[in-house]
Amino acid sequence: MDKHDIPAHPQAADARPVLEGPDIARVLTRIAHEIVERAKGADDVVLLGIPTRGVFLAQRLAAKLEQITDRKIPVGSLDITMYRDDLRMHPPRALARTDIPGDGLDGKLVVLVDDVLFSGRTIRAALDALNDIGRPRAVQLAVLVDRGHRELPIRADYVGKNLPTSLRETVKVQLAEEDGRDTVLLGAKPAAQ
Amino acid sequence: MSKILIRGAKVLGGEPQDVLIDGETIAEVGTDLGAEGAEVVEAAGKVLLPGLVDLHTHLREPGREDSETVLTGTRAAASGGYTAVFAMANTFPVADTAGVVEQVYRLGREHGYCDVQPIGAVTVGLEGRKLAELGAMHESAAGVTVFSDDGKCVDDAVIMRRALEYVKAFGGVVAQHAQEPRLTEGAQMNEGVVSAELGLGGWPAVAEESVIARDVLLAEHVGSRVHICHLSTAGSVEIVRWAKSRGIQVTAEVTPHHLLLTDELVRTYNPVYKVNPPLRTERDVLALREALADGTIDIVATDHAPHPHEDKDCEWAAAAMGMVGLETALSVVQETMVDTGLLDWAGVADRMSVKPARIGQAAGHGRPVSAGEPANLTLVDTEYRGRVDPAGFASRSRNTPYEGRELPGRVTHTWLRGKATLVDGKLT
Amino acid sequence: MQRHLISAADLTRDDAVLILDTAEEMARVADRPIKKLPTLRGRTIVNLFFEDSTRTRISFEAAEKRLSADVINFTAKGSSVSKGESLKDTAQTLEAMGVDAVVIRHGASGAPYRLANSGWVDAAVINAGDGTHQHPTQALLDAFTMRRRLIGRDAGLGQDLSGKRITVVGDVLHSRVARSNVDLLHTLGAEVTLVAPPTLVPVGVESWPCAVSYDLDSTLPKCDAVMMLRVQRERMNAAFFPTEREYSRRYGLDGDRMAKLPEHAIVMHPGPMVRGMEITAEVADSDRCTAIEQVANGVSIRMAVLYLLLGGNEPAQTRTEEK
Repeated sequence: MDKHDIPAHPQAADARPVLEGPDIARVLTRIAHEIVERAKGADDVVLLGIPTRGVFLAQRLAAKLEQITDRKIPVGSLDITMYRDDLRMHPPRALARTDIPGDGLDGKLVVLVDDVLFSGRTIRAALDALNDIGRPRAVQLAVLVDRGHRELPIRADYVGKNLPTSLRETVKVQLAEEDGRDTVLLGAKPAAQ
Repeated sequence: MSKILIRGAKVLGGEPQDVLIDGETIAEVGTDLGAEGAEVVEAAGKVLLPGLVDLHTHLREPGREDSETVLTGTRAAASGGYTAVFAMANTFPVADTAGVVEQVYRLGREHGYCDVQPIGAVTVGLEGRKLAELGAMHESAAGVTVFSDDGKCVDDAVIMRRALEYVKAFGGVVAQHAQEPRLTEGAQMNEGVVSAELGLGGWPAVAEESVIARDVLLAEHVGSRVHICHLSTAGSVEIVRWAKSRGIQVTAEVTPHHLLLTDELVRTYNPVYKVNPPLRTERDVLALREALADGTIDIVATDHAPHPHEDKDCEWAAAAMGMVGLETALSVVQETMVDTGLLDWAGVADRMSVKPARIGQAAGHGRPVSAGEPANLTLVDTEYRGRVDPAGFASRSRNTPYEGRELPGRVTHTWLRGKATLVDGKLT
Repeated sequence: MQRHLISAADLTRDDAVLILDTAEEMARVADRPIKKLPTLRGRTIVNLFFEDSTRTRISFEAAEKRLSADVINFTAKGSSVSKGESLKDTAQTLEAMGVDAVVIRHGASGAPYRLANSGWVDAAVINAGDGTHQHPTQALLDAFTMRRRLIGRDAGLGQDLSGKRITVVGDVLHSRVARSNVDLLHTLGAEVTLVAPPTLVPVGVESWPCAVSYDLDSTLPKCDAVMMLRVQRERMNAAFFPTEREYSRRYGLDGDRMAKLPEHAIVMHPGPMVRGMEITAEVADSDRCTAIEQVANGVSIRMAVLYLLLGGNEPAQTRTEEK
């Protein structure tokens, strides 16, 4: 039902790249510029990546924002595991780190960063988690890929690539920090899951 | 009286023979005996033994009729091939007077499934302080010859000495439950590797062995005989072996469960394995088997200890100690002693009938299977193998450690003075 | 992980490391303005305490509440006559109320095991201390404290306690803390030495995965952590040792003995401390003593255990089990 359900090895023979390393770098640069533009200089922006790959994307975005604004951009991570609405459908998962930058979130513009936007349930959980941590001025969402099939009234403010997919397909984002290379793969879901 | 012809049974496991019962006695033993006027029991392939004698049974009546009565206990005994049982004294009230022992004795006779020979308490109320009226119990209709505070140890050395001396006057014997009380305060299981891990209070072997050592020396000193109940450790075996080599008049019993089960089972915390003395280690089990085979341990006694379900369906510490045993004893002995080659069927007859009858002076029991003897007999299908199903027990209690375990052998017939108490595995 | 947590020996190395790592994340929740997670919303947990232990009960209760579970506290001092009946009956009564987990403290060793394995209840059973058997969450919080102090909060993530030398001192015979710690620390790769007068070491200890010494002074210079167990004064009356004074002279930790520890070594105590017996006030109040920290860590560990056992549709899986 969302990206965490993607099988671990989708890059089988039929998985094809839809974004390569240079594409990813380019869309992140664009998103960074969009954030600066919409946030009017981004002086109260805090980037929170959703583990695992959202965190790396947030860090890359922060670096680009710092180049553009020449200011230190607070970046952290927000683990949503314990806020998920499908906890009772799986064994408990290992927790990832929630790391809120020193000044907190109150009154800030929080930009949530994730790799793939799908059902929207991860973002719903993230909003709940944020609620227990502080009261941002506003919350925005940046994703590398929006593959559609929303199950909740959620949309992204910044989208790297809109990727129309079928439910029989899988989308897998690979990033150098975790996977050794940058790519977005589109593949077919193995039968009989 | 009717005649019964048991045809083709292996008497004491030997060559097939016919045994003719006429009335209360064995009329003839031979081959190709005539069957005129006799009911025939086809016994080809089965083993015929003298009726088993249990020197250590808890019948619970009077006082704990919720767990067993003389009726249900003697039905269980007949079912297990027994024709005589010795009923322990720890009832409520305690069997420490002529009145109580006569009541138990009479109930056994009335029900007619198995002779019940009451054991008298050594001390008043099993309290270990004042000798009970041993002579009066002996002279009563029950004719008590065995005295025991079983469940409790006659701990006071002076009281033990006096009891050993006193019963000499009428040829009685004191059966000691060897358990040093201070060393076993709060004890829950055998002290060793398993108790250390489970955090259950340890019951050291030395608590049994030290009392046995003292008592055989006392017996020697006063020239009396002593019987050791449910010996459970390899060390106890060594002490009894030494005592016998010195000519001390000591006899000893082992329970079926101590011949088969070890304290590893306690890891389940299932109180069905909680028993006094506790289950010991494999080394002890092997030593006990060997001692039973070589005669150091004289007899097998069940320590049949019925308890109601609720006393076992709880946590270990709160549970009662004890196991029922009458209906599984012979199977366990076959499994541990016969099928292992340690003992033949004549040996089983000796350890489970002849010797216990002799120690307890049970007249008419433990006799040879030959003409003119009382027809107290047990027929065993030794080829049978089956799982123990407590639902089928005649005992009122179900606290068996063998539930679901496959065991060999099944008693098919029991005759008490010529009257069948068990026919084809069914009580009459 | 198994469905119940009865003994520290039931945990694999990966189970234990997962619990410690999860507890590290849980600990961070305590620093937030809202110290609550919705994770166990709708789950009902009963704290079934047959023995007084306010500390342990409060710790579990705090953990349960931080995870939004519904909590029922049931303190039943077992009557001596019908202890067994009351455990089974009480458990079944609670089961009928739809309890998802039972946290049980009981004076009888094996009571949690019986509860979990007798078919009395369907709920998950978590042992909060049984007799002189086990206290697995205590061992976990001790290991958590050691990993933080000896390796580091972040550096410790994913790590076990390989090569760490831990000395446990005191009444091992009557201690469920000692048993649980020996099992868990061994699983985590630590080397454990038990130090006690021979009277307070159980017969059968030779099968435990640890060393045993009767001499405290010779073990102190070689250990990374020393854990002092509570010694009840009543033990003296049963001749386990002659006098309080002799006990503390031979096995108590005072300032001079503490000075023999390596610089980095910590002093632990599961509490409650008997000052003047196994530990002097000087040591108890020193920076090296982690007793208070252990209490705080207890909540994080219990949150982790509850999450990993009850947070999903079945207990958490670890690599060793997936094979």
